[in-house]
Amino acid sequence: MFLTFPIMVIRVDTIEKTIQWRLMNMVYVGLGSFVLSFVWHYLLAKGVSNRKVRADDEKGRMSFVQRVASEKRLSVHAIAIVAVVAVAFPFISSTYQTNIMTTALMYVVLGLGLNIVVGQAGLLNLGYVAFYAAGAYTYALLYYHFGVGFWLALPLGALAATILGILLALPVLRLQGDYLAIVTLGFGEITRIVLENWNEFSFGPSGISGIPRPGLFGMELGMQEAQIYLYFLMIGLCIVTIFVVNRLQDSRIGRALLALREDEIACEAMGIDKTRVKLTAFALGSTWAGLVGVIFAAKTTFVNPASFTFLESAMILSIVVLGGTGSIIGIVIGALVLILLPEYLRAFSDYRMLLFGIIMVIMMVFRPQGIVTGVRKTYEFHTEDDKIKRL
Amino acid sequence: MSAILETRNLSMNFGGLKALDRLNIDIPPGQITALIGPNGAGKTTLFNCITGIYSPTAGDIFITPPGGRRKQMTGLNIHRVTESGVARTFQNIRLFPGMTVLENVIVGRHCRTNSGILGAILRDRSTMEEEKSTVARSYEILQSMGLAEHVNLLARNLPYGLQRRLEIARAIATEPFLLLLDEPAAGMNPQETKDLESLIISIRDEWRISVFLIEHDMRLVMGLSDSVYVIDYGEMIACGTPQEIRQNQKVIKAYLGEDVSA
Repeated sequence: MFLTFPIMVIRVDTIEKTIQWRLMNMVYVGLGSFVLSFVWHYLLAKGVSNRKVRADDEKGRMSFVQRVASEKRLSVHAIAIVAVVAVAFPFISSTYQTNIMTTALMYVVLGLGLNIVVGQAGLLNLGYVAFYAAGAYTYALLYYHFGVGFWLALPLGALAATILGILLALPVLRLQGDYLAIVTLGFGEITRIVLENWNEFSFGPSGISGIPRPGLFGMELGMQEAQIYLYFLMIGLCIVTIFVVNRLQDSRIGRALLALREDEIACEAMGIDKTRVKLTAFALGSTWAGLVGVIFAAKTTFVNPASFTFLESAMILSIVVLGGTGSIIGIVIGALVLILLPEYLRAFSDYRMLLFGIIMVIMMVFRPQGIVTGVRKTYEFHTEDDKIKRL
Repeated sequence: MSAILETRNLSMNFGGLKALDRLNIDIPPGQITALIGPNGAGKTTLFNCITGIYSPTAGDIFITPPGGRRKQMTGLNIHRVTESGVARTFQNIRLFPGMTVLENVIVGRHCRTNSGILGAILRDRSTMEEEKSTVARSYEILQSMGLAEHVNLLARNLPYGLQRRLEIARAIATEPFLLLLDEPAAGMNPQETKDLESLIISIRDEWRISVFLIEHDMRLVMGLSDSVYVIDYGEMIACGTPQEIRQNQKVIKAYLGEDVSA
């Protein structure tokens, strides 16, 4: 407080050659620092008590979302409400709202895809956007050169991304942790730079425009209908993704991924082919990015390399981390929050990114483990009825 | 009776250091064989060479599975070694700490099951049947290991002694004919060691799995083993029954030093 004295209180007016004593400022500084230190101590205390609670018991700290998810009756109700809202959404809100919701849903799928690689197999991938770009450019180029339609491009885009995923996985098989992160980061950037500079192939920074939106049984859709159609398409893809990812998670393959994350050498000693599991993880993860990439191209009707910067990868990774690594519901919520928040904060115009940043920092202070902690489904064994029940 | 595992002139160098020097070891079937030696003698290195974590500088490793043919195993990948029927535990326990006890054993069944991605998504009948039998079999193994009451516990929350036990259970789940145990009694109290002794005997007699173990607890080794190998500085200095080893001058020298007059 006293250190700030010369700056805050004394003001030398050089024109009139007088000194102003702004004593009220002193009070403000005192009050401000008092409040800040109070908040600081509160947060520290909160952190300590949190840690205690965590050590105490694992079930006690189940959040609201987890409780909804784990109790069957509650979750049925929750799903019903979400379904009704999701179906009604495009009809009760504006095209703009539908549009950003479609974008958010795209990030849900991207997040779930990346989660296979990062959350389940524990392989940090910072170049995920490359697979997204692969999907988008597959559709764009196939349309431009051969007039291939959306529905044919969808599986082809996924295939292209999968192949790219395997190609990336091959050289990085031996890498772990930081090194893997650096290589994947580089891979993502290389992809973008190639797209930017290889004019003959990708038409450089100007990109490819005039990509058609998906048709509905040959009908020509107007702008607004097309948006709604895309929205439902994304809802469908989300459901399929959640369904597939969920089933993969508790299967033989899912457990192998998990074992790989937990202990690589022990995993191999269990007779699990590390190479194959890693390739599978990358392939499975990038397939989703490819699918979403095709839809992205169809949605914006235009692709250029500027859409596939490192920032996108970082965004998708934030979704996974913020939502709660390894948790499907967490990632869905994380994607909705991270994508919708900046949009709805537009009301604060210039300050929206600042607010967004503050919210993220607060989030990480209070829930560093993510919105929904990855309390995995575990196998419960009950001898009475000789059945496995999944919690 | 031919050996189920043979090493022939097995050598492993780390730079200028000879960790293993032309080792010839035969593991007979249906027996408990122990490997002892002072710290840094190369015991764990030998295990790592056999299980494919290191590839040896020179020499060969052969296995002869019961009812199978003798085959070269040098330089196989770790998972291939497990597939061929040689399982191991680790000196510093390597469980999957964030998975439950049951799941740990289920992962051990991985190389004996084969449902793939498509099966996982579609959940067709054969996948579900395999899943069911995997769980049942894993539970059976845990039951016979005395871990049945802990099936749903996370592995990291298991007491230390039981973690060792779980690691053995997980290794057995891979259906080996030879089990390598790397210091299974390390850090155990006398009671736990005693339980471990009867467990290892039951592995030999009931599971019919041959055991090759590294151990520092001499009472355990002498009481348990059918034969003992002693290595020091990567060289074999003695082999024989526990009785013979106890009286071997070289062994006494290696453990107690030159100037001891016994």
